[in-house]
Amino acid sequence: MNNPWLVMIVIGVLTFATRISFIVVLDRWETPSIVRRALRFVPVSVLTAIFVPELLMPTGTLDFSIGNARLIAGLIAMVVAWKTRNIVWTIVVGMGVLLLVQWYL
Amino acid sequence: MDKSQLAWREFLSGVRDELPILVGVVPFGMIYGILALGAGLKPTEAQAMSAVVFAGSAQFMLVQMASGATPALVMILTGFVINLRHALYSASMAPYMGHLRAPWKALLAYLLTDEAYAVTITHYNKGGEYKIKHWYFLGAGLALWTSWQISSAVGIFLGTRVPPQWSLDFTLALTFIALVVPALEDRASVLAAVVAGATAVLAFGLPYKLGLLTAALVGIVVGLWGEER
Repeated sequence: MNNPWLVMIVIGVLTFATRISFIVVLDRWETPSIVRRALRFVPVSVLTAIFVPELLMPTGTLDFSIGNARLIAGLIAMVVAWKTRNIVWTIVVGMGVLLLVQWYL
Repeated sequence: MDKSQLAWREFLSGVRDELPILVGVVPFGMIYGILALGAGLKPTEAQAMSAVVFAGSAQFMLVQMASGATPALVMILTGFVINLRHALYSASMAPYMGHLRAPWKALLAYLLTDEAYAVTITHYNKGGEYKIKHWYFLGAGLALWTSWQISSAVGIFLGTRVPPQWSLDFTLALTFIALVVPALEDRASVLAAVVAGATAVLAFGLPYKLGLLTAALVGIVVGLWGEER
């Protein structure tokens, strides 16, 4: 990185501005109901958009094969998350399956 | 119970509820530290980034780009786009922050990460008196902040001694799975998640991680559409 300090400080300031944006603005502005309803879908949409490519395209291209350890581990982790609703179990089982598949397939 | 005792209790339950999430965050912080050194950052720079940027997925992307010769402007734009989702968290939190003074707002905004947001918004959504719950937010946020700084430091210390075959970076995806799947309680949320995931894959080739932002926006719009039908 050419200017690590410049890059990190600019991104840090932009990130802080993003995080505080509505907390400051909404004090003086009534949120429209469409915005309030849209917010419910934000975490589900953003987080899914981050993890799905990690499962389906671990090397940058689509991989539905049985050799895709991350897809197998991710699918099993989803079942665990659904059944247990527990973060620790989801991570422990997901990592366990990933390592097993990586080493033994 | 007086007010300070109530505040302390809120703070502690914020810390406690954040603990399960740390199981995924700590390996991720370590991986960040390891990758940052591998990308050529100095230990002080790598550690400062964890304090200044304080956003795991953006830091991860930045060190991945740092190992190539990516121009500073492109890195700044990418970091900004990845972190744009925090504006939506900010809007979601704002209705509960109105009674707080500016220093409180600034401190909580600094601590507003995916992981702190996920547990804190659940706590606010339970209802009841919200005017004391910023202590819960502070507890969850500080628990995450502390473990992020320490795990980055451990990763920086370990350097390249952790083999990549351990796939510790996968804990990020697993954490997000654990946060998303239990939240899929109705048809509209399922629709939003499925469409966002599919769009993220289709738009993966877009430059500067714009596929992520596109997928998120499409997911939100489809969720709203699904809710009205």
